[in-house]
Amino acid sequence: MARVEIQAPELTEYVEIPVLQEGSMAHSSPFVAKPDHQEVLNFPGELVEDWHDQAIAKMEDLKKTSRSFSLFLDICVHCGSCTDKCHYFLGTADPKNMPVARQELLRSVYRRYFTFAGKFFPNLVGARDLTREILDEWHSYFHQCSECRRCSVFCPYGIDTAEITMAARDILDAVGYGQKYDNEILGKVLKIGNNLGLPGPALKATLEDLEEDLEDETGLPIRMPLDEKGADVLLITPSADFFAEPHIDGLMGYAKVFHQAGISWTMSSYASEGANFGMFIGNYATMKKVAERIRTAALDLGVKRIIVGECGHAWRVAYSFWNTLTGTGHGAAADDKYAQMLQKQLDPRYPAPQHIVEFTYDLMQRGVLNIDKSANDHRTVSFHDSCNVARGSGMGNIERGQFILPREVIKGVVNNYVEMDGSTMYEETLCCGGGGGLLTDDLMELRVKGAMPRMNALKKVFDEEGVDTLAAICAICKSQFSKVLPYYDMPMHMITSVHQLVGDALVFENND
Amino acid sequence: MLTELFAILFYVATAILVIGVALRVVVYWRTPAPLKIPTMPAPRTQTGMVYRMAREVVLFESLFKSNKWIWIFGWMFHMALFLVFARHFRYFQESAWFWVNIVQPFGKYAGFAMIAGLGGLWARRFIVERIRYISTPSDHLMLLLLLGITVSGMAMTQYFHTDIVALKEFMLGVISFDLSHEMPTDPILVIHLSLVILLMVIFPISKLMHAPGIFFSPTRNQIDDSREKRHVAPWAAEMEK
Repeated sequence: MARVEIQAPELTEYVEIPVLQEGSMAHSSPFVAKPDHQEVLNFPGELVEDWHDQAIAKMEDLKKTSRSFSLFLDICVHCGSCTDKCHYFLGTADPKNMPVARQELLRSVYRRYFTFAGKFFPNLVGARDLTREILDEWHSYFHQCSECRRCSVFCPYGIDTAEITMAARDILDAVGYGQKYDNEILGKVLKIGNNLGLPGPALKATLEDLEEDLEDETGLPIRMPLDEKGADVLLITPSADFFAEPHIDGLMGYAKVFHQAGISWTMSSYASEGANFGMFIGNYATMKKVAERIRTAALDLGVKRIIVGECGHAWRVAYSFWNTLTGTGHGAAADDKYAQMLQKQLDPRYPAPQHIVEFTYDLMQRGVLNIDKSANDHRTVSFHDSCNVARGSGMGNIERGQFILPREVIKGVVNNYVEMDGSTMYEETLCCGGGGGLLTDDLMELRVKGAMPRMNALKKVFDEEGVDTLAAICAICKSQFSKVLPYYDMPMHMITSVHQLVGDALVFENND
Repeated sequence: MLTELFAILFYVATAILVIGVALRVVVYWRTPAPLKIPTMPAPRTQTGMVYRMAREVVLFESLFKSNKWIWIFGWMFHMALFLVFARHFRYFQESAWFWVNIVQPFGKYAGFAMIAGLGGLWARRFIVERIRYISTPSDHLMLLLLLGITVSGMAMTQYFHTDIVALKEFMLGVISFDLSHEMPTDPILVIHLSLVILLMVIFPISKLMHAPGIFFSPTRNQIDDSREKRHVAPWAAEMEK
């Protein structure tokens, strides 16, 4: 494929709502999954001959199993509230990237086959027969949504385009027309245990290298334990933490915190992945299968607590879905044998699962950590709320805890902290542009353009307040920012793990 | 003739409205939400959730956060509709309830707010490019229908008064299955009632289902307690056996 120069949109004082450019992103479509990527997940290898009937049958199935599917497709009134809320629309001007218009790609077909008005008056309500072209359109535009849920914050009925995107991807997978990036990765995690396909021995070696680095830095035998039965804590972290920059410094930060707190912990080679792309493709069974590995590892290792590393969608899945999917949480009914098996092993004094930020915050509150904030004085830090953490999860068992705790942790370890424009933060935070299974090179143009609204807010504090460090608690955000920051004339290395800041500020007495 | 025709139409329309909405609602009620998907941050208690839903339904909170123009027109229309609707109770009651009497003068002028709200919402469908793009013919027709009902009703309140006593007798008769009272035959009343009947009929098969639908919206009616309580759909529980 020819390399085309991607032109990043220009940054302006405020993000302006663009004039519509129909079809401006119609060419953007990710690589199609190959038969072996599909079949591992029990999807047809390639587009089935009776795709039309299979797709309608899948919709019928979704209608029965998920309320949000038919409810959200039924009740939209086209008020337009969401039309200027999607970062991909703002960055590309393609009207089909307006949330309601994206939903409409599926809704029009749903109407035609499942509603009275669509069956008898298709033109009146904009209903369409399902055609081969529509499948292509779905493959394109339902992979221009990062499932970030920003639109759902602004919908007067709470219609969540992420749910529609997930349903559409589920339908595409069911007819053998999946996305390569997501499905290939899911195959790896199900076969090997992580998205990278990093086998146990290689992981072990990597961790040993990191232990050496830590010892060089601190003079202390700070450990990176793997598969240690009887540890108190099982750490589940995105595999990007094992090799990617700046993620890896975050992982070392966790290790330092565990070390200083004196809490025994371990990682698992069987469940060496926090990410769960099953959510991205909207497939419950796949998501459950991926989550099962963590449950199994927790049972095998006999841990009392499960802590999740810095990963946005992983935390949404862990916080909101693990208890549902695999009983990894608390509060299962007494006769719920499946869930009880793990829940009676977990320590009821701690939330399950617990976020690493919750863990560190708690230690800081109790004064367990020895912190020298001035270690970070060379930085001016801002924080990016990751979409899945902000709108898909919680922290600290308090409302808005997912905004409060990370900030408290950061402010507890740095002196110079600057907030970006409030209308781009908290529950209104803008996606990095690479979430929801789109973090792949074949969608680079979309990623660069979709990052524009966030880059706009960042550039402002970068220019005006001297922000040189952007902290995040999401592996995808970190990778995406590293890639797109240079397009907007900001250094790629300014993106940092929150736990790198923590790790840098920890003081180890014996080191002096 | 007109009396019988409209009586029958009212019976049919009421049946379609009630049964149609009930059928949809039963489906929403019974279909599980397999995962916890409240739009966060979400309330952590049942009371908090009811409060959130109330803010959404009464104040249109999310819309307010999003777009002040849509909010002002939409909220004005809905609140005025509520007042006008409440005012109409007196045509269906032998002696009106206390609050129905109180609401009369407000309901009378709320019609203007309805027209302003509907007009604003309709204008947006032409003026704002994004909303023009997403508007279907039915979106326009729905506004036309609501405007038709409002304008014909207002016309009767303000200028072309119908025989309201006769109309009330007719309505009370329809309710008690006694068709001995003739319906007044002014064309404007016939138009008003015909449009209302049309609205009742299309309610359950149209986007008007947003009204009952919002209460079933999992992003708004779920509680943030996923770590403390296990939530499993019946079909998903089968996978564990």
